[in-house]
Amino acid sequence: MTTSEKKISTGNSAKGFFGKLVSNQLFIPLAALLLLVIFNLIADPTFFKISLEPSSTGYYILSGNLISIIDNASELAILAIGMTLVTSASGGQDISVGSAIAIAGSVVLRIAKGYSAGISNGQFAGMIIGAFVLCVIVAALFGAFNGALVAFFKIQPMVATLILFTAGRSIAAWINNNENISINDTRFGYFGNFLPGIPIPTPVFISAACMIIIAIVLKVTNLRLYSQAVGINASSSRLNGINPKVIKLLTFIILGACVAVCGFIKVSRTSSITYAVIANNIEMDAILAVALGGNNLGGGKFNMTASILGAYVIQFLTTTLFKFKVSSSAISAYKAVVVILLIIMSAPVVRKWFSDLKNKRTAAKAQVRKEGA
Amino acid sequence: MKKLVKLLVSSLLVAAMAIGVCACAGGGKSGGNKLIKVGIINNDPNESGYRTANDKDMKATFTEANGYSASFYYSLKNEEQIAAAQKFIQDDVDYLLISAAGTSGWDGVLEQAKKAGIKVILFDRTIDASEDLYEASIVSDMAKEGEQAVSWLASQNLSEYKIVHIQGVMGSSAQIGRSGALDTKVAAEANWSIVTQQTAEWSEETAQQITQAVIDSGETFNVIYAENDNMAKGAVAALDKANISHGVGKDVIVIGFDCNSWALEELLAGNWNYDGQCNPFQASYIDDIIKNGAKQKVVIMEEKGFDAATITKDDVTKYGI
Repeated sequence: MTTSEKKISTGNSAKGFFGKLVSNQLFIPLAALLLLVIFNLIADPTFFKISLEPSSTGYYILSGNLISIIDNASELAILAIGMTLVTSASGGQDISVGSAIAIAGSVVLRIAKGYSAGISNGQFAGMIIGAFVLCVIVAALFGAFNGALVAFFKIQPMVATLILFTAGRSIAAWINNNENISINDTRFGYFGNFLPGIPIPTPVFISAACMIIIAIVLKVTNLRLYSQAVGINASSSRLNGINPKVIKLLTFIILGACVAVCGFIKVSRTSSITYAVIANNIEMDAILAVALGGNNLGGGKFNMTASILGAYVIQFLTTTLFKFKVSSSAISAYKAVVVILLIIMSAPVVRKWFSDLKNKRTAAKAQVRKEGA
Repeated sequence: MKKLVKLLVSSLLVAAMAIGVCACAGGGKSGGNKLIKVGIINNDPNESGYRTANDKDMKATFTEANGYSASFYYSLKNEEQIAAAQKFIQDDVDYLLISAAGTSGWDGVLEQAKKAGIKVILFDRTIDASEDLYEASIVSDMAKEGEQAVSWLASQNLSEYKIVHIQGVMGSSAQIGRSGALDTKVAAEANWSIVTQQTAEWSEETAQQITQAVIDSGETFNVIYAENDNMAKGAVAALDKANISHGVGKDVIVIGFDCNSWALEELLAGNWNYDGQCNPFQASYIDDIIKNGAKQKVVIMEEKGFDAATITKDDVTKYGI
């Protein structure tokens, strides 16, 4: 082997590594996160300051922009889990999650408002568990409703979920007779804020638990394989013994469970609910998280980690915009510009084009070298 | 078995739709000859406590017992409201009562109404249209609400005003009026400054995030000016997290609007300092105009502002919504 040939081969493998990096699905959300971090470091390094100070409850808690980000992104990250599965199996998105969160939250408050603040901790825990279980059941039923429309009636997911998108907030208001509920028991706020004595916000633990659960589920069950198979080709997966209808229904029910967790956190954050405003436009952010993760919105293969990272990127962006006091009228425009750039970058077509470009260059270089030799 | 399930589900869906249709028909019924037919276009009653109180008030006033046959339409979107107005004109109502989601785009449909001899009464929100296109407009003067709050704030005689200003949905008349008063004052006074001015779109949670971002960046402030109660509540939650005291005689002055009962309770407890009223009870004014004719084009409702130092338990029950 001549030296020049060796050079070419090592050159190729280096390019191969870079190409792999770019074509890795985690690349885009990680790069976006890195860009935001670098931007904030340059603009104002104090952005990353974290302090441990007592809150008005007397307990020490962590605070700082980074804590706010991982705290506030919790709901979105949880939703991204369900949305990724739905996207993979049905090749469409559920746009009713915001309304469904309103319903789930309303159910929790319906139970919680009936109890006086004087009940003991044990009774309170029982009540909260009961409220949570009921809200999971209700949200899963609404998820099943969406899923049934998609799986059995073969309605486009976006159209099927449009029904609940329109009606959901009214249903939420109806559950509580359109009352403005405010829970005065401080214990109710533990799940959206801080548990006494623990300096990390509770939603962080809840979202971490959800991620661990889904990681285990994807590891030990065939959920990933089945939903990808259904998403890529429903009829051939049926021929291979998978029931596409059941899988689609299942993914919507899982999303329903995710919605329930989000609704629970949301109402606990504020101990109250505003039916028309709670989780407003969160469906768009959830879909965006899936897209930012480089997942094909037309269904099929997915990368769960990338979707979850996408959720954190979105919250990072929002907090950055708040921090730099972008004027109210311009804030959505800024967000839109960044989002367009990220989405274009993460589109499979563009990524393929980039790697093709690289390949061509290396090929051209190799050609030149060969001729030179 | 599968077919059976399909059949069951589809018949359920059909039944649900049929019930919906019946419900609509029930609302739109106009059997009585003497009943005055009114088409009411309002914002979604779930939008806020204000709107809920407003809708309840309308529904309690425009009843058959009071001589009305009322149809309601709700939307937060201007275009949908305009389409509904067109439909009401086709249905030949006697009066069209509108609380517009946006201020522009109404000229065409109001002219149609005029040609059809339908009288239009605006409530709660004004629109950009010629005055002769409507009978009367019953409004809250949002700018005055803002001015009342700002002059109250000025009367506190702080040496310096560093304000966190949390706005409502941009372009809504409540936002324009309440922001306008503060902006004018800040521009006029040397010791008034805005620490941050951002929209939380009436959302408690976003207000909390905005305030949190200000606290995290280490800036100091001594006034929260939130354009509704919910956003004030969100901002206060962020203050509590950071152990910043607020309320009467404390570090940060908290100002909210709309006078929700729970917000007035906060005032009573001294946790907040000021709440501006936004009167949601226009129905009696409208009823009077329909039965006795309009005396003036623009009727401005009386509105109060409550100071935590002087508010009483009676105020909470009387004015809380």
